[in-house]
Amino acid sequence: MIPVCALQDLPAGEAVRIAGDVPIAVFNVDGTLYAIDDTCTHQDASLADGWLEGCFVECPLHASCFDLRTGAPSGLPAKNPVRTHHVVVVDGHIYVDAAVERVGV
Amino acid sequence: MNTIAIVGASLAGVSSARALRERGFDGNIVVIGDEPHRPYDRPPLSKDFLAGAISEADLALVTSDDADLDLDWRLGHRAEALDPALRSVVLDSGERIVTDGVVLATGARARLLPGRTVPGVHTLRTLDDAVALRAELVPGAHLVVIGGGFIGAEVASTARTLGLTVTVVEQLPVPMAGPLGAELGQVCAQLHGDHGVQLITGTGVADLAGTDRVRSVLLTDGRELPADVVVVGVGAVPNTEWLAGSGIELTRGVRTDARCATNIPSVVAAGDCAVADNPYAGRAVRLEHWTNALEQPATAAATLLGHEHTANPRAPYFWSDQYGARLQFAGHHRDGDHIEIVEGDPAARRFTAVYRRADRAVAVFAMNQPKIFGRWRRELTAAVVLSG
Repeated sequence: MIPVCALQDLPAGEAVRIAGDVPIAVFNVDGTLYAIDDTCTHQDASLADGWLEGCFVECPLHASCFDLRTGAPSGLPAKNPVRTHHVVVVDGHIYVDAAVERVGV
Repeated sequence: MNTIAIVGASLAGVSSARALRERGFDGNIVVIGDEPHRPYDRPPLSKDFLAGAISEADLALVTSDDADLDLDWRLGHRAEALDPALRSVVLDSGERIVTDGVVLATGARARLLPGRTVPGVHTLRTLDDAVALRAELVPGAHLVVIGGGFIGAEVASTARTLGLTVTVVEQLPVPMAGPLGAELGQVCAQLHGDHGVQLITGTGVADLAGTDRVRSVLLTDGRELPADVVVVGVGAVPNTEWLAGSGIELTRGVRTDARCATNIPSVVAAGDCAVADNPYAGRAVRLEHWTNALEQPATAAATLLGHEHTANPRAPYFWSDQYGARLQFAGHHRDGDHIEIVEGDPAARRFTAVYRRADRAVAVFAMNQPKIFGRWRRELTAAVVLSG
C-alpha cells in the first residue's frame, strides 16, 4: 500500500502524482477516487497534469483521453491503456494498492 | 462515392483515412506517399529519436491493429498531377488513380538555403533526414544550427545531450518572435545559454565553406564558425507545386474554407499544406502543427462525404521540448497583444503567460506548467466567428 495524502488534501476535480519507479496519478472525481499509471502511453507526459472531464482525463501534451475506470484510451494518439490501481481510504488517508498485475507484459 | 485518394501518407493523411472509416465510408481508400516508409510520427525526429532513445518502430502511426482500416497503399510514389476533369491523380510511376474524391494532405518540406549544398549540411523533416543526421552527431563535434526556431532549438538541445559543441545562428534579433512575440521569444532563447549553447542573433549566414565536406559557416558580420555538422532549420514550404494547372486555388498553400473544402468539388485539404479559414487567427492560416494534422482531417472527411459537420476547431496548439523544458502554446498571437505572466516566474523557467487583446485572452504560453496551461487553453476565445 502506497500512502498518497490526506483525503482532505485532494478535493474534487484535483489530481496528485506519486513519484516512483512507475509514477501513479490519483484523481478525485466528485468524491470517487481513481488511480492510474501517471505516464501517458503515447509520449512522456504526466496525466496528473491533465484535464479532468467526468471519468476521463485528457493528456496535457497531445490530448489522448483515458477512462479512469478502465485505463482505456478513447482515441488517438494513445493506443495502449494505462494500468488502473485500487484506491482505499483508511482513517482519512488515501492509499493506493499498486500490486496489480501489469497488463500485457 | 466508391474510391477516395488521399495524397500524403503522414499524420494528416493517416488521420483522414481513419476519419473516413469512422464516418462509415467503406469504399476503396488509396493512400499515396512519396516516402518509402510506412507512416511515422515526426515530432520525435528532433528529440528522442535523434537522441537514440527510441527506434523507428516506436514512430509507427499505423500498426497491425489498424488492419481493419483496409487501406490501399502507394508508398514510395509521388503524386505528379491532379486532373479534376478526369477525376484522377497521376503518380510518378505513370499510374493514374481514378477516384471520386481527393484529400490533399501533402504536407510541407524543409526549406533549404539558397545556393549549393555540401556533405555535412542537413535539414530535418523526414525519417531519412533524422537517420542521416544522427550518424553525424558524435561527441565533441561542432554543430552549427542555422535558424533559432523550434526545430533548430530542439536539435541544438538534443545535440548538447549527445556531447556536441553547439552554436545557433538566428537572423532575427529574437528567435521565435513570430509565433511567441519578442518578449517570450527572448525568455525561450535564454534556454540555450542556460545549457552551454551559444546563440548568435541578428546575423545572417553568408556562405558555407568546405568542398568535400562542410568546414565552417560564414556569417554576414564576417565571423567564421567552425562546423563539423550543420543543420538548416529555416522553416518549411508546402508541397503544392504538383497542383499547378489543376485549377486548385493556391495561396501560400491549398486554399480552403473552414470546412476544408477547396474551390473544386470533391477535393478537400488538411494538415500542413492547407491554408484554411481559422476563427482564432481571424483569417486564413497555414498551420504546421502536429495537433492540427491530427484533428483537422475529421472536418475534411465530413466535408468530402457530404456529412453535416460544424467546423469547430480548438485553438491552434503546439508544444516543444528543449533542454528538459516543456514549452506549450495555444491560440494566435499578434503584435500589440498585452502579455501577462499569470503564474510562476520566467527566471525560474517555470511560468504561464496569457496574451490579451481588448481584455480577451487570445493565446497562452507555458514553460513547465502543463496543468495551468491546460486550464488557460480552454479559456481562449476566437477572434471571429466563422459562418458555415
